[in-house]
Amino acid sequence: MGRYVIRRLLQMIPVFFGTTLLIFLMVNVMGDPVAGLCGDRQCDPATAARLRAEFGLDKPVWQQYLTYMGNVFTGNFGTAFNGQKVTELMATAFPITIRLTVVAIVFEIVIGISLGVVTGLQRGRPVDTGVLVLTLVVISVPTFVTGLLLQLLLGVKWGVISPSVSSEAPLDELILPGLVLASVSLAYVTRLTRTSIAENTRADYVRTAVAKGLPRRRVVVRHLLRNSLIPVITFIGTDVGALMGGAIVTERIFNIHGVGYQLYQGILRQNTQTVVGFVTVLVLVFLAANLIVDLLYAVLDPRIRYA
Amino acid sequence: MPETLKETTPDPTVEATAAPVPAAAAGKPRSLWSDAWHDLRRSPLFVVSAILIVFLLVMAVFPGLFTGADPRYADLAHHYLQKPKWGNFFQEDWFGYDIQGRSIYARVVYGARASIMVAVVVTVLVTVLGTVVGMLAGYFGGWIDTILSRVTDIFFGVPFILGAMVVLTSFAERHIWVVILALAFLGWTQIARVARGSVLTIKQADYVMAAKALGASTTRILLRHILPNAIAPVIVVATIALGGYISAEATLSFLGIGLAEPTVSWGVDISSGQEQLRNAAFVLIIPSVMVSITVLAFIMLGDAVRNALDPKLR
Repeated sequence: MGRYVIRRLLQMIPVFFGTTLLIFLMVNVMGDPVAGLCGDRQCDPATAARLRAEFGLDKPVWQQYLTYMGNVFTGNFGTAFNGQKVTELMATAFPITIRLTVVAIVFEIVIGISLGVVTGLQRGRPVDTGVLVLTLVVISVPTFVTGLLLQLLLGVKWGVISPSVSSEAPLDELILPGLVLASVSLAYVTRLTRTSIAENTRADYVRTAVAKGLPRRRVVVRHLLRNSLIPVITFIGTDVGALMGGAIVTERIFNIHGVGYQLYQGILRQNTQTVVGFVTVLVLVFLAANLIVDLLYAVLDPRIRYA
Repeated sequence: MPETLKETTPDPTVEATAAPVPAAAAGKPRSLWSDAWHDLRRSPLFVVSAILIVFLLVMAVFPGLFTGADPRYADLAHHYLQKPKWGNFFQEDWFGYDIQGRSIYARVVYGARASIMVAVVVTVLVTVLGTVVGMLAGYFGGWIDTILSRVTDIFFGVPFILGAMVVLTSFAERHIWVVILALAFLGWTQIARVARGSVLTIKQADYVMAAKALGASTTRILLRHILPNAIAPVIVVATIALGGYISAEATLSFLGIGLAEPTVSWGVDISSGQEQLRNAAFVLIIPSVMVSITVLAFIMLGDAVRNALDPKLR
């Protein structure tokens, strides 16, 4: 187990540097980081040159990347062009987005897995067909449409919730945004659980469990569900990273000032340090989530051993 | 839905023996593809999605067949945010008018081309690139696999919409090819992973060993034996992904960074519709419904093809 974790951590190193380098190149080579600094006007050449020298943008890109990474490892993510430290932006943005993601994941697990179990056990019945049609509809409607319409109906027309989230973003205001963020993945989790449960209902161990007279509830939860969860956990694990990155749409609809908001502003204003810094952290989260998923396999299925 | 529909049809093996054997196929077992086609034609899911897709493609290629109205003609004086007249089928005012007094029906019809073109071209690019990378990694293994797989991991690690936004901001003018490039740049990883996995199992097959033993060249083995047999899961994933790209185009436009006026696309209309959401929701809802129907059609097609190609999932 310990050796497996170390091997996986070593494999992550090239991916981490590769992904951050890719983002770094995309932001630096394709865009002009200085362009956003003079408002909507073009910078005059002298100012542009001075700014480039000030931010070290006149050096070759590989050198900039190395300097940047060196700083990151000492906890210095640089300064946004407006003078605010990127770490300060992160300190306010990440807690909000993490809360939002947690709400979304809870929805996925609670609603997605329960619907999946119910439909998987009732294949072909009206409940099953109904839920499946519903999942198809949810997957087909783009997230921002779901978000805008729910906001319009619940927030503006019926006044059930407040249409935008306050700057502290307390948990109760994040329930609807969390559901919107989770919606598409929720539908996938339902379908995955359903397929997995339906496949395993015919397994020998289920027949054994039923034959030895275990109550149905125990058979379903302890035997059937536990064995059916591996593909679902894999999906949810990789989804953590996608949700945090995908929150850009949800955060924009509900005016949540989290990671997505900062990235959106950063990309539009070509604020290199903010974009690269936030994406670097997102990549780390993504890699860590994948590792945790791999380790969870062994918890769910004791036959899996890591040598 | 796909699985339930399948259960109502008789067991495929029983059906195959009971059905009269076509004269041409007598004595010769059907290939995977003709078998799949045989199943597909009987799948209601396939029929419905295929009709929808043909309809949408015709709309994309010949928008003039559906409306005589000009999607860019604006008449502020008369039609400003006029509500839809649901009874006037296929008329200019069927879906009402947007804030600039342009016929929403005409815009929806003409918008199909840009949206569908982005999705189709991105899917083709992504499928070609992903299949080549996946096939090389899976077939050759060793250091080629290590390098290609790590590169795939690297591109997979960049959040999709975010990456596309970064690419798009660097272009001053965001016409259709820029959006296609931005989506294809990060989209190929999923196909590469699926293709690699598929090739890994296929390359152990006896017919590949036989071709090798007979001295077939690597190119021949890859193109004649590996590719046709490993492509099935790739096609399924690509079909479903196509719907996703339609959605992605709309999402980028919603974020104000995708296609922009004067291009007519569903995404452009959705993003301009959100400003009038509170007094004229139909301006946003109608193009959104078109996007949703298109995505749904491609997801259903992907499901139907998967059911036909992979009898294990039934």
